[in-house]
Amino acid sequence: MITFNHIKKSFGDKIVLNDVGHVMETGKCNLIIGTSGSGKTVLQKCLVGLFEPDSGDIIYDDISFTRMNDEERKQLRQQIGMLFQGSALFDSMTVEQNVMFPLDMFTRLAYNEKLKRVNEVLDRVNLIEANKKYPAEISGGMKKRVGIARAIVLNPKYLFCDEPNSGLDPQTSMVIDKLILDITKEFGMTTVINTHDMNSVMEIGENILYMYQGQKEWSGNNKEIIFSKNERLNAFIFASEFLQDAKDMRMLEARGKISDDRNMDEMLK
Amino acid sequence: MLKGMFSKPENMRMYWKEFMHQCSEIGIGSLGIVILISVFMGAVSAVQTAYQLVSPIIPQSTIAQIVRDTVILEFAPTLVCIVLAGVVGSKIASELGNMRVSEQIDALEIMGINTRAYLVMPKIVAALVTIPLLVVLSMVLGIWGGRLAGSAADILPTDVYDRGLLQNFVPYNVIFAMTKAYTFAFIISSIPAYYGYYVKGGALEIGRSSTKSVVVSCVMILFADYILAQILLSHP
Repeated sequence: MITFNHIKKSFGDKIVLNDVGHVMETGKCNLIIGTSGSGKTVLQKCLVGLFEPDSGDIIYDDISFTRMNDEERKQLRQQIGMLFQGSALFDSMTVEQNVMFPLDMFTRLAYNEKLKRVNEVLDRVNLIEANKKYPAEISGGMKKRVGIARAIVLNPKYLFCDEPNSGLDPQTSMVIDKLILDITKEFGMTTVINTHDMNSVMEIGENILYMYQGQKEWSGNNKEIIFSKNERLNAFIFASEFLQDAKDMRMLEARGKISDDRNMDEMLK
Repeated sequence: MLKGMFSKPENMRMYWKEFMHQCSEIGIGSLGIVILISVFMGAVSAVQTAYQLVSPIIPQSTIAQIVRDTVILEFAPTLVCIVLAGVVGSKIASELGNMRVSEQIDALEIMGINTRAYLVMPKIVAALVTIPLLVVLSMVLGIWGGRLAGSAADILPTDVYDRGLLQNFVPYNVIFAMTKAYTFAFIISSIPAYYGYYVKGGALEIGRSSTKSVVVSCVMILFADYILAQILLSHP
């Protein structure tokens, strides 16, 4: 569980995060959503320590991250895995070497044991026969899978994903979402996902934090979000007419007015 | 940046591996260009010195002395290091810049790795090890290039050239040249590392910071060259 309270962060005069607080639950996919510039990436970078918040407290389980010294942070970070927006794979290394890197750095396992573990996680993310390929030789979806494999190779307690679906087609996005959800459940991790992909929100949003102009605007889950009365959240979710129609359908469905044999035009009248 | 480089390595074996990789990249990677410019530098130096020494009272062996001292004092350390600032410096800046922009440095930080220690320090240490060796190689090849050109262009016989090399040799010149080599090696590696490590933006900024780092390194080399000459050659 990750708890953060009263997080503030400014860059010069610009206040990016203003008194943000929330609880990211263990064993769940915790989503931070919001429009571009709402502060979700900065919040995530504060949570992992890439940015130092101006004030506020970040607590990993029972330990205050903000009060840790550098050495303690280094220790904690070995329990954190992160999937970056662009995957952030090391260009000069093969897929296998990329995934093996954390094992090389932080364990004293023999090469064969490391290779076994690498193959296990690559198999877990459904990526086989790509071990010897370089990042430039694989697709965007495969890069994300390698990124996930590298993030989980040390069995982390916390997994952070920054826009895991960016640049992916909807089908591949769903596969990645499902993979993250499955891994979260399987390893009991606290997963924090930063996204503005509504498909992801609906598919895996078990605990959602909606950010608006650097502040917490709404929180709930993917069941509650559809029926939220928050206007800003609704403007964000139902930005397209299609989604608005879909919402209307869900509302009608919820009231029991839709039969299985649907007629969209009739329903929307 | 330099202060943050000194911390306990997470895994000494990985740091050593990175150091050896950088030695190969900087040292072996620059070998070709260093050999080429050193031989030609010595050869041109011999031909031009012979062209200017027209007096019959000056012995031919003086050409060898001038080539030797010019190569040792200035050409090998300064000229080679300016070329290396372009070759090695741009490589370091663009490599680190690309890692920064593509979040690879962030990925290492998240893993709990001190990126300044893991990425920057091996580059600086490798430069401090390999660049002075390249400078020594350049001295030898430069002098040999002068000998080759002297004999090929019929300027002076090789035995006269060899004799000239041993006349009035001041060992202190080599110490001075090596002092310059170590200073320039630090400049060539640390300035581009700084520009690359702290780059912000995208591909365009990587190119800009790489170019800027080379320009700043060259200016700093020339400036340091003058300061070192002033300090170390005023009171030999």
